[in-house]
Amino acid sequence: METKAFQKIYTKLTQVTKATCSLKATGIGYEEMAIVHGRLAQVVKIIGDNVTLQIFSGTEGIPTNAEVVFLGRPPVLKVGEELSGRFFDAYGDPIDGRPAIEGEERQIGGPSVNPVRRKQPSEFIPTGIAGIDLNNALVTGQKIPFFADPDQPYNQVMANVALRAEADKIILGGMGLTNDDYLYYKNVFENAGALDRIISFVNTTENPPVERILVPDMALTAAEYFAVDKHQKVLVLLTDMTLYADALSIVSNRMDQIPSKDSMPGSLYSDLAKIYEKAVQFPDGGSITIIAVTTLSGGDITHAIPDNTGYITEGQLFLRKDTDIGKVIVDPFRSLSRLKQLVIGEKTRSDHPQVMNAAIRLYADAANAKTKQENGFDLTDYDERSLKFAKEYSNKLLAIDVNIEVDQMLDTTWGLFNEHFEPAEVGIKKEFVDQYWPKED
Amino acid sequence: MEKTNKMTKGYVAGIIANLVFVEVDGPVQQNEICYIDLEGTKLMAEVIKINGTQAYVQVFESTRGLKVNHTVEFTGHMLEVTLGPGILSKNYDGLQNDLDKMDGVFLKRGEHTNPLEDDKKWEFKPLAKAGDVLEAGGWLGEVKENWMPHKIMVPFKFEGKYTVKSVVEAGEYTILDNIAVVTDEKGKDIDLTMTQKWPVKLAIKAYKEKPRPFKMLETGVRVIDTLNPIAEGGTGFIPGPFGTGKTVLQHALAKQAEADLIIVAACGERANEVVEIFAEFPELDDPRTGRKLMERTTIIANTSNMPVAAREASVYTAMTLGEYYRAMGLKVLLLADSTSRWAQALREMSNRMEELPGQDAFPMDLPAIISNFYSRAGFTYLNNDATGSITFIGTVSPAGGNLKEPVTESTKKAARCFYALSQDRADSKRYPAIDPLDSYSKYAEYPELEEYFRANIDPEWPEKIQLARDILIRSREVAEQINILGDDGVPVEYHDRFWKGEIIDFVILQQDAFDKIDCSASLERQKYMLNWVLDIYHTKFSYESFEDVGSYFKKMINIMRQMNYAIFESDDFKGGEKELNSLIEERKTA
Repeated sequence: METKAFQKIYTKLTQVTKATCSLKATGIGYEEMAIVHGRLAQVVKIIGDNVTLQIFSGTEGIPTNAEVVFLGRPPVLKVGEELSGRFFDAYGDPIDGRPAIEGEERQIGGPSVNPVRRKQPSEFIPTGIAGIDLNNALVTGQKIPFFADPDQPYNQVMANVALRAEADKIILGGMGLTNDDYLYYKNVFENAGALDRIISFVNTTENPPVERILVPDMALTAAEYFAVDKHQKVLVLLTDMTLYADALSIVSNRMDQIPSKDSMPGSLYSDLAKIYEKAVQFPDGGSITIIAVTTLSGGDITHAIPDNTGYITEGQLFLRKDTDIGKVIVDPFRSLSRLKQLVIGEKTRSDHPQVMNAAIRLYADAANAKTKQENGFDLTDYDERSLKFAKEYSNKLLAIDVNIEVDQMLDTTWGLFNEHFEPAEVGIKKEFVDQYWPKED
Repeated sequence: MEKTNKMTKGYVAGIIANLVFVEVDGPVQQNEICYIDLEGTKLMAEVIKINGTQAYVQVFESTRGLKVNHTVEFTGHMLEVTLGPGILSKNYDGLQNDLDKMDGVFLKRGEHTNPLEDDKKWEFKPLAKAGDVLEAGGWLGEVKENWMPHKIMVPFKFEGKYTVKSVVEAGEYTILDNIAVVTDEKGKDIDLTMTQKWPVKLAIKAYKEKPRPFKMLETGVRVIDTLNPIAEGGTGFIPGPFGTGKTVLQHALAKQAEADLIIVAACGERANEVVEIFAEFPELDDPRTGRKLMERTTIIANTSNMPVAAREASVYTAMTLGEYYRAMGLKVLLLADSTSRWAQALREMSNRMEELPGQDAFPMDLPAIISNFYSRAGFTYLNNDATGSITFIGTVSPAGGNLKEPVTESTKKAARCFYALSQDRADSKRYPAIDPLDSYSKYAEYPELEEYFRANIDPEWPEKIQLARDILIRSREVAEQINILGDDGVPVEYHDRFWKGEIIDFVILQQDAFDKIDCSASLERQKYMLNWVLDIYHTKFSYESFEDVGSYFKKMINIMRQMNYAIFESDDFKGGEKELNSLIEERKTA
């Protein structure tokens, strides 16, 4: 549609604000794209013949006689197998120096899946990280964020998860990535030789913040192409959703909308849900799984962004520095995968749920013992043993540098049980103890 | 409803997201439904404000591509649902489109499907005969819907008295066949079919009286039934931060509650949770009837990614379907998860209309809207003296887990039961995480219900419940002291007092929603176990040191939990009891 026989060019802006401009025009569709003074813009408001456009890269230097051309279509992405291995910006234009791809145009931000056409997620995604696989198993079609402080290595963990997960395609949506982090991802993917199954849509801190709003929709449109048309398992990584939400608040602020909690737009829940709910398991095998990052400020999860996210996503993963072992671990208490019960013990060994719960309970006993110790109370023998167990458990399983199979994780845990406890203290069903408790030679 | 007048038409004059301004050429009514013609696709919208010749409409679908001058047709009626046999076991969206009838994987804009089946034959049995005088809601006949007796009624929109002229004989009819002729007060004959329509925003008032609730609704969840009972026809709400088990609790209620039918409004929540119901309910047995749960369940699914405006409609649609079945003399349980999302939908719209905001940018009339909605639930005596009820339980998702936010506060004023989910209890895996002391049921104080408890459960039931609460409070108090002073810094009795509360917590309050037996406890069983823990409370034990107390009570708790997992009064259950008795003898002094 971009090559229409004639295109009307408007040259008279009636109003310019920090993020928007207005002009008189007719026959314009809502959410239609336009080019204003060479910059991409989208229709956000029409009153009579007065059309307001949001200019993604800002209005700096836009004159009142700027040329405005309407494109007659909403934002689109060209999809095709050729997307694989490519890097794009927030508009879906290549940034890897290679030519634009040829393919079918798809509108981004398309409709939702009919809930009765979804399938219940049931396929386990192993990542090798025991803090995830053992305690918070991920399932295809799930959506789950890392809640992390900005100083935590969430990008590294995400890159690891992406490369180890058995996905047909990995789609990275980078929002406000620093250039260094962008290059980090690029290097990691290249070094792993996995570039051919990776597609990236990147908005770095060098790009205007409002452009970020397009990134998740771009990434998910590509994901839907592979999951629906090609029946592939697609893993979508979105980092950092906090910066995405910040961009939304910038826009709503400039549109004079009344802010709600934490100066976020009142529609934040719906805006985030529209993205996260694209995670889906289709009956014919295709799936979209979303792993996101939501950075916290000072660990505050009651802030509107993590709070709304928590209500939408199926659990959350917390990273924490364990000072006893000097490593970053996946916090077993605060992390939660809501879909894990669909796979653990079903798709993994049957002792998995009991081993998981027992280990976490013992780890909690250790945390209590530690508090006791810090408050100067005497420790019992059990306290001492649980503290030793906790340290090894943390080191051998919870640490994010662990990369082993689930069976191995379970065996390691049984080994630790045997080393520090009696079967009665562990409290696992007898049949599992008989089968898996390491035998003394 | 007269539809002789020419329908009002209009055209689009402005668009801001899903708020559209329409120039109209004739009369429009507030909340009237109109269809916007987007190049052949009909977008459904509702009038929410009128200013001169301009109607402000909220569109239930995406407005992408909509242009100024697109034509609009008004329908002359508000948002209506179609009522008739065939509603049970359906999966509807917020506007009562049958989701199973839609083509393709993705929802298409402007696709509207028939909520009922026009060609399905129903086995009709007349209940009224020529000469009977009926009012709106009067029963003309009955069909079996799944296994439920589904009454065919005089349409709710009818005013005054109607004389039955004829009713068809028993036999098979479709919902469009005429099944009766009634004559109005002016002598005009009216043909009736098995279906009728009703605007969702208005309450169906086809009943004689709405008394104060006086009966208890059993849910099988001990912390609710025993400590904070909900009445049949009552209202309750469950606020809780994410991860505290709101949805698991609602699903448990849907599975076990002693209701004839369940309507679940999944309003702005996760799609996978609805999929769980789709996947599980057709497989699960209804413990009361032995039929599949899905046979008595209707789901209104408007998940968080579906259009925001339809979210508001979805709770009203659910309530109207509930009122329809209540008018048949049935016991309806209506669950909405979550009403906060509905409030947020109201906020988004109010914001776009540039209304002056109330607290947290919610509309000023939010408390009024919420209490109006809750007031539609209730126990009723129908005009023919049969009874029907809607018990409504909504969840609230308080922002930041803070119960001082507007939706929670407004709901607190409207609902009579408050089930506070506590983060601490959830963190320590004490499920269901309902805080027994922060939660309350105002029904427990109703003299009508007190009488009901004494007559139906135990003559001293209210006193026993009060005692259980007191024990929990005292236990909590000494727990704090023990924490401050240390285990050996307090007298041994403190430990005894603490554990006598813990035993109530572990045996009565905590319940395993995923265990086949423990998930639902009959009232008789609840009474039995409560008597047990109160007996233990009244027993004096001797201990050598404080260390004895915890381990002794842990043994008791362990036995009693095994009893909870066993079939009531089975050999396993009785074996546990024997074990418990001998354990008590070990340290009993009085």
